[in-house]
Amino acid sequence: MSVLVYVENADGKFKKSIFEVVSYAKAIATQNNTGLIAISIGTVSTDELANLGKYGADKVLNASTDQLKTFVNQAYASIIFEAAKKEGANIIVLSNSFSGRGLAPRIGVKMEAGVADGAVSLPNQTAGSFTVKKTAFSGKAFAVVELNSENKVISLTPNSYKVIDGGANAPLETFTVETKESDFKAIVKDIIRATDKVSLPDAEIVVSAGRGLKGPENWGMVEELANLLGAATACSKPVSDAGWRPHSEHVGQTGIVVSPNLYIAIGISGAIQHLAGISSSKVIVVINKDPEAPFFKVADYGIVGDAFEVIPKLIEAVKQHKASA
Amino acid sequence: MKILVCISNVPDTTTKITFTDNNTQFNTAGVQFILNPYDEIALARAIELSEGGKGTVTVINIGEISTEPTIRKALAIGADDAVRVNAKPHDAYFVAFQLAQYVKENAFDLILTGRESIDYNGSKVAGMLGEFLDIPSISIIKKLDINGDIATVEREIEGGKEVITIPFPFVAGVAEGVAEWKIPNMRGIMSARTKPLKVIEAVAVKTLSEVISYETPAPRGQVKLVPADDAAKLIELLHSEAKVI
Ligand SMILES: Cc1cc2nc3c(=O)[nH]c(=O)nc-3n(C[C@H](O)[C@H](O)[C@H](O)COP(=O)(O)OP(=O)(O)OC[C@H]3O[C@@H](n4cnc5c(N)ncnc54)[C@H](O)[C@@H]3O)c2cc1C
Repeated sequence: MSVLVYVENADGKFKKSIFEVVSYAKAIATQNNTGLIAISIGTVSTDELANLGKYGADKVLNASTDQLKTFVNQAYASIIFEAAKKEGANIIVLSNSFSGRGLAPRIGVKMEAGVADGAVSLPNQTAGSFTVKKTAFSGKAFAVVELNSENKVISLTPNSYKVIDGGANAPLETFTVETKESDFKAIVKDIIRATDKVSLPDAEIVVSAGRGLKGPENWGMVEELANLLGAATACSKPVSDAGWRPHSEHVGQTGIVVSPNLYIAIGISGAIQHLAGISSSKVIVVINKDPEAPFFKVADYGIVGDAFEVIPKLIEAVKQHKASA
Repeated sequence: MKILVCISNVPDTTTKITFTDNNTQFNTAGVQFILNPYDEIALARAIELSEGGKGTVTVINIGEISTEPTIRKALAIGADDAVRVNAKPHDAYFVAFQLAQYVKENAFDLILTGRESIDYNGSKVAGMLGEFLDIPSISIIKKLDINGDIATVEREIEGGKEVITIPFPFVAGVAEGVAEWKIPNMRGIMSARTKPLKVIEAVAVKTLSEVISYETPAPRGQVKLVPADDAAKLIELLHSEAKVI
């Protein structure tokens, strides 16, 4: 028995959310007095791979043939399954990223494993059962899920487990398995990724704006504030419905659920569907000209004021703060 | 082209979520149930693709008889026929297994689900179904176009998208961008009453996971207000008190 963690790369690099996943998987391995094996698929440098030892991987398997350069969930799931068999792993851990959502269910079926998606804390194994807490109702609540199966698959919500480092470099091992042609029917033709922007689902800081911003032409200052803070930008549903911002920025019950350290909401009223998507943010700041806006009820800090006056002042204040830091 | 759209019955988005029996049961008292919003987008796209005699759209739901109003809504929007697998949707594995059983007996070219249901947000059914059927699955798509016997989809990734070509049959979880929500018209609503809704029994399958309790997020303390002309104060608090910047 051991724990296997799938480490997803973005353009050959691991993001912080992957260090979280490895730290989390290490803690599960420790709970079960067993080792942690990581598997990387695709092209990643040996330094980057060995570095995973710092976060707790005892060994890193590297599957990096040409055929595996781009993510195809069907093929990647087969490889992770083969690695689990070879290493005798019965708990598979991965990120609840967009790719993770394509993989976890397929691995779950292959291993006849219960799948806990979107875990927010370590499993509880004290009472002889195995339970995992996950977000439910799009962030309005948490559900505690018991996994009854021998094998288990757990995907971790970004920003919900801290990175723990301190270990040494991990040994690498090339992992080769025979692949099935029928696993490669989906073909990635193009990858379009904005490399100069922070991605929303795993961002630590999010600057979000709503209909109070009046029109798409006013997002320049929102973006400036986000850039200064190293934040991702987000919006409310009517804003993306109107085409002011792309759908990928829409946060809420019918959009993306985020759990950043800091969520700044500007000109958003705080409708229940919006709050669902952001309620697990650690700190919430609300800027709204209406003191009665429902958003203030769930905020930690607030400014009652006009966004068009407050945002420029905030931009100045952040600049000063950075200059003095 | 035969299209299957998998639909689920979920609490309305305005529902205040509460629990009973020592936080072990979701409190459905007074809750209005709706067609899962993402499934509605999937259905809208399926109808667009089948229009003009190009295909048929079947909707399928795993649920007890109480879900029938939601199924009728899907028929009113424009599905041709419906199937209900008469069982409580125990978990995603159970649901995907039932769907796979149905698809094995009734071949489909394209199978769509919503990207996730807004109650358990699992995003699991599409992938599990793909695996049971040993066909491709794409977890979250923002665009779906068809050209002959090949489809082109855009898959959502962090900070961008992937353009993927994929042959039929396959399963995809649909998100915003794929189609606009469709509001049923009077003719749709009238005809929904007489469109076929077949009820079939579930097949037995192992239970792999079970929700045993619920928690609600901890309430936040009183909001700390900062004067509008003192933005620097807010930044200072976020830095030295909240320690988030
Ligand atoms: C099925 C369904 C699903 C939904 N899902 C979502 C979802 O996932 N996410 C989501 O966000 N919404 C969702 N909604 C919509 C939701 O109900 C609200 O309508 C929406 O969140 C409101 O967006 P808003 O706050 O930007 O706009 P509004 O409600 O119009 O609020 C604008 C706010 O800006 C403030 N304001 C105006 N001018 C200024 C200014 N100059 N300076 C500062 N403040 C100003 C106003 O005081 C007001 O509070 C959903 C609705 C339905 C029916």
